[in-house]
Amino acid sequence: MSLEAYQDRILDHYKRPRNFGTLDPVTVTARDTNTVCGDDITLHIRVGGDGKIEDVRFQGRGCTIATASASLLTEAVKGMSVEDALKIDKPFMEAQVRVPLNDARSKCMMLSTHVLHLALGKGEKGKF
Amino acid sequence: MAEASLLRSFDQIRQDFPILKRTSHGKPLTFLDSAATSQKPQQVIDATSTFFEKFNANVHRALYELGEEATREYEGARERIAQFIHAKSPEEVVFTRGTTESINTVAYGWGVKGNVQKGDEILGTVMEHHSNHVPWHFVKDLKGATLKYIDMTDDGTLRLDQLDTLLTAKTRMVAVTQCSNVLGTINPIREIAKRAHEAGALCLVDGAQSVPHMPVDVQDLGCDFLAFSGHKMLGPTGIGVLWGRKEILDAMEPLHGGGEMIREVHLGWAKWNEVPAKFEGGTPNMGGVVGLGAAVDYLTAIGMDRVREHEKQLLKHALDTVGGIPGVRLFGPNDVERRGGVLSFDIEGVHPHDVASILDVEGICVRSGQHCAQPLMERLDVPATSRASFYVYTNAEEIDRLAAGIRKVQQVFA
Repeated sequence: MSLEAYQDRILDHYKRPRNFGTLDPVTVTARDTNTVCGDDITLHIRVGGDGKIEDVRFQGRGCTIATASASLLTEAVKGMSVEDALKIDKPFMEAQVRVPLNDARSKCMMLSTHVLHLALGKGEKGKF
Repeated sequence: MAEASLLRSFDQIRQDFPILKRTSHGKPLTFLDSAATSQKPQQVIDATSTFFEKFNANVHRALYELGEEATREYEGARERIAQFIHAKSPEEVVFTRGTTESINTVAYGWGVKGNVQKGDEILGTVMEHHSNHVPWHFVKDLKGATLKYIDMTDDGTLRLDQLDTLLTAKTRMVAVTQCSNVLGTINPIREIAKRAHEAGALCLVDGAQSVPHMPVDVQDLGCDFLAFSGHKMLGPTGIGVLWGRKEILDAMEPLHGGGEMIREVHLGWAKWNEVPAKFEGGTPNMGGVVGLGAAVDYLTAIGMDRVREHEKQLLKHALDTVGGIPGVRLFGPNDVERRGGVLSFDIEGVHPHDVASILDVEGICVRSGQHCAQPLMERLDVPATSRASFYVYTNAEEIDRLAAGIRKVQQVFA
């Protein structure tokens, strides 16, 4: 990895994460951790009658990449259909984060996506 | 003094490690992760390849000259390793894959297949590595043993005052690390082993971070088992040692069944071989054993007192330089007399993963994470820490580079 990963845009999402906090009313909440480093992300999601994600918040603690990725993810999924949100994958997140990451840090990037999918009924808690 | 002039300086010793001549990200390699694994001197690399070039044959079996020479190399290493830890005899030295397998061998052969009964107690500590936690979980799950733990103070000193209540007539084993891989704390094993014996329990010592870094004398410690790994003491990976008192090893069941560990085998039953062969089922890691023998020779030539003193000086320097940076929190005791060359730290507002990634760009290798000690992270109430750890080849300049790297991390997050 290079220092490029720590560009201002990423550090800004780390220091001032968007959509941080809780949600009321909330449709579904999910949480998981990356046991290797202790990163811990919770997502609160409200799904509207039309099957679209109306609003989303996240909580937790993690490294720059885990936190900034969660922040970027919440921005990306607002208004997205549940069906589309379930299709979010690594290339999608890479396009949001837009910094070079090695394998270990790619895992940090994908924790929030894993939690999003857990909330929407895909994947298994603890299997990240 | 003629004798002193024969001693090689630590600058000369550093030249023996070929990997330290390479660069990382275009910077000189600053390897500060020796608690995870150590680098290897040319002497160990050569000894291992020489074994395969000149002596390779299956040990203890072949009747031809080459096989006898292979066995001599293998058993010769066992003798020197036994002397290194002051074992009473080489039979007390069992070769394993490493500390983890050593402790599992005891947990299974002494615990599960031995005399641990429902309600018996195993006493551990909150600062153990997972390898000295999980094997005892097996004993709990399979035999109904109760697990208890000695707590520590906030500076990482074991609360030995708790022994009065934690040690009971039911305590069968006290399993404790001699040196914490996270805090560097050196625990008073002599006292703990004595207390364990007074309660009628045995004492197993995790020596993974002590045997490589300080003089260890099993007779003086008074413990019953000592487990350590070759790769953390300049030796190859995949080789380690379980030392145990002969009479206890004699009474234990083996973990692995197979060739070499048997005296006789019939359809449906077998009789075990004598120790240490009883615990060394299968063709052993011959190259690993010979390499570990060479590592022990190398460390003996330096002198373990000098190794310890060198690391004490490095730690002092690190506590001053890194510890003096505002916003850096250190974990573990401040007293270098009871602390090994391990420096766990936290930079305020920066996740340890980011610390390691930014230091990496400077060519500095530190470990960030939970260090296989999740219960200790919970006790410290931190998600993870960053850790720098030292060895014979580490110098003060590298610690200065670490301090400069930490300032750089702080600038990125300023």
